[in-house]
Amino acid sequence: MTVKNLFISGVGGQGTILAGKVITRALIEHGFDVKMSEIHGMAQRGGSVVTQIRYGEKVYSPVIEKGKADVILAFEKLEALRYIEYLSKEGTLIVNNLEIPPSAVLAGKEEYPQNIIEYIKNNIKNAMIIDAVSKAKELGDVRVQNIILTGALAKVMSFDKEKFLNVIKEVVPEKYKEINVRAFETGFELV
Amino acid sequence: MKKDFLTGNEAIARGAYEFGVTFASAYPGTPSTEILENIAKYKEIHAEWAPNEKVALESAVGASLAGARCIVSMKHVGVNVAADPLFTLAYTGVNGGLVLVSADDPGMHSSQDEQDNRNYAPFAKIPMFEPSDSQEAKELIGIVLEVSEKYDVPVLFRVTTRIAHSRGIVMLGERIERELKPYQKNPQKYAMIPGFAKKRRLDLKERLKALKEYSENFPYNKIEWGKNTEFGIITSGVSYQYVKEVFGDEVSVLKLTMTYPLPEKLISEFISRFERVYVVEELDPYIENSIKAMGYKNIVGKDIIPEIGELSPEIIREAFGLNKAEVYYKYDVNLPSRPPVLCAGCPHRGVFYVLKKMKAVVTSDIGCYSLGVLPPLESIDSILCMGASIGMGHGFKKAYEQEGKQSPFVVGVIGDSTFLHSGITGLINVVYNNSNSVTLIVDNGTTAMTGHQHHPGTGYNAKEEPAYAVLLEEICKAVGVKNVYVVDSYDLKAIEDALKKAKEKSGEPTAIIARRACALLKGKGPKGLYTVNQEKCRKCKMCLKLGCPAIQIQGEDVIINPLSCVGCSVCAQVCPFDAIEKAGEDK
Repeated sequence: MTVKNLFISGVGGQGTILAGKVITRALIEHGFDVKMSEIHGMAQRGGSVVTQIRYGEKVYSPVIEKGKADVILAFEKLEALRYIEYLSKEGTLIVNNLEIPPSAVLAGKEEYPQNIIEYIKNNIKNAMIIDAVSKAKELGDVRVQNIILTGALAKVMSFDKEKFLNVIKEVVPEKYKEINVRAFETGFELV
Repeated sequence: MKKDFLTGNEAIARGAYEFGVTFASAYPGTPSTEILENIAKYKEIHAEWAPNEKVALESAVGASLAGARCIVSMKHVGVNVAADPLFTLAYTGVNGGLVLVSADDPGMHSSQDEQDNRNYAPFAKIPMFEPSDSQEAKELIGIVLEVSEKYDVPVLFRVTTRIAHSRGIVMLGERIERELKPYQKNPQKYAMIPGFAKKRRLDLKERLKALKEYSENFPYNKIEWGKNTEFGIITSGVSYQYVKEVFGDEVSVLKLTMTYPLPEKLISEFISRFERVYVVEELDPYIENSIKAMGYKNIVGKDIIPEIGELSPEIIREAFGLNKAEVYYKYDVNLPSRPPVLCAGCPHRGVFYVLKKMKAVVTSDIGCYSLGVLPPLESIDSILCMGASIGMGHGFKKAYEQEGKQSPFVVGVIGDSTFLHSGITGLINVVYNNSNSVTLIVDNGTTAMTGHQHHPGTGYNAKEEPAYAVLLEEICKAVGVKNVYVVDSYDLKAIEDALKKAKEKSGEPTAIIARRACALLKGKGPKGLYTVNQEKCRKCKMCLKLGCPAIQIQGEDVIINPLSCVGCSVCAQVCPFDAIEKAGEDK
């Protein structure tokens, strides 16, 4: 098989790193060779964060080339646009319908683009817009957005649901297991 | 066999564990920090944070002398600090194996420069190895410890950000327990007075000759033959992965893993098969120049491969004139960027606000507080290297005084960890040379930028065990600074008063310690909330000049986001209309 590319973008503090951990461990359970690259030096400070995952029979480069991502999983709308050049023609953009304004926007110096969802609907061939915030609130913890989005990605890429659930049970602390399992299933069924 | 999914740094730590390391030291620095953090988890290894990289290396040299296997890790610029012991260590050699990990940062994701530390290997005359992924990093740690012991040299283990912070599957092994090698007194080998050093210099030449032979037969220096007969590629480190990504098995590749001394016979054998050979390497033309120095003319490297920044498969594709990856989707409007900012409640914010207000020339240093250079605070004039703030502030003033001119108000701003790293000697220099310069230590009680590592002032060591906490004000007094003020970083008036007092002391140096725990430290940050009273607010936007991510414009109003605010009160102190009010103790 050719190597597949998953590109995750978001804002520091949104739980992209845990999502990356769950996805990569599940991919290893599927028997793939896997590589992942993270740039997270400033993650605690509200910066833009990116996790790149590549898997297949044999993976060389840990980084993804532009135009070659099979999925972009964006935890925030602006961070979807920022890396949209990475999406392949037939690739799927899964975007969390959430707006986190950068500091220059908060200070009134720059504007947050108003038309992101419209742009995505009109221009991206395969796009899924997910309201992970409301779904997470329904489940009782806004922080499980990351696992809801992970569930959607697993379905889009036709992964084995059980393998993901096993990994979630492994990596999440006992008291958060149940809600994270439900979050994953919620995301999986959204697709 | 058990396997795990490890970053390069975790794999190096695992390698240290499996191959019998018992002593590890480091100073935190991206992208190297996680090596020691992970080593500290193994009870079999003594792991410590040193105040700086030089001390880290010297401690490891002592442990090596006693017969232990040692690993020292640091970021690329840290090797500059450790360079003094390193160069002479090549002469003395080791007893227990000693590996120095240099984590370079091409592209400067988190650094002030992108120096290529491969140049240190021929300069210091020590062997060098470059892993190309996590699995190799782990395996090589075992090999280089053996090389270090067999050839009696320290080894430079060079990784880059994409090796250090990328994950790959790693097969885990058991730890091989190993006893201390016996120590024998041998001053001719270990005490480098000129008479002994001259002999060791000659001995080093012999050791390097033997290492060259080793490099020729080292199985990780290997040729992967491809079908293409026109040209071949020589590469190392993460660049190997990019080359394979672009060319697959089509093109012949000489993958170099031991990159000093270089295997010249193997390189010649490879080059002789082709009309043209390309060298694909990040940053400097290190391999390229070495091969050209062998007399080869059909070598192409930096003519097509950039020598600035990181490489990527795309850059290599473009350099070779291959099809560029097609971009299918593009959004043509400039997007607002997300630069790193001082966090809500960061104790550095108020300090920089006051410095700006006082129009101080601020020579600053390396740490989270470097962000005070960015808008809207823009309080910093210079950032150079660890510890430079104090010396630079001193020199700046002296230059004016020498001309008999009034110097601007100069303040050297340095963090607690950086002060302990290399600020103390700067402060001694200030006192010794009759300076009246002002040193402001922003003490947030941790090494914050690299992710909260302990240092000699925090009261805990790398293993989270209680330790003696060095008091910064005592150090300042002990070196001879008479005017030492300790203020609360959240108290803007106290900071300003201390700075004013310092300004008035024309003949004596001053040290001000602005103290408050990093707002992100668990259990130590404030837990309050402030809110804007919209009836009192006159929209003057003074509070926005603080650049706090919790303060936002919402339509016509300025508001404080209750989810971000931690209640540091700095904005309330800045507001000229008392419109920012306390809204609660807890959230």
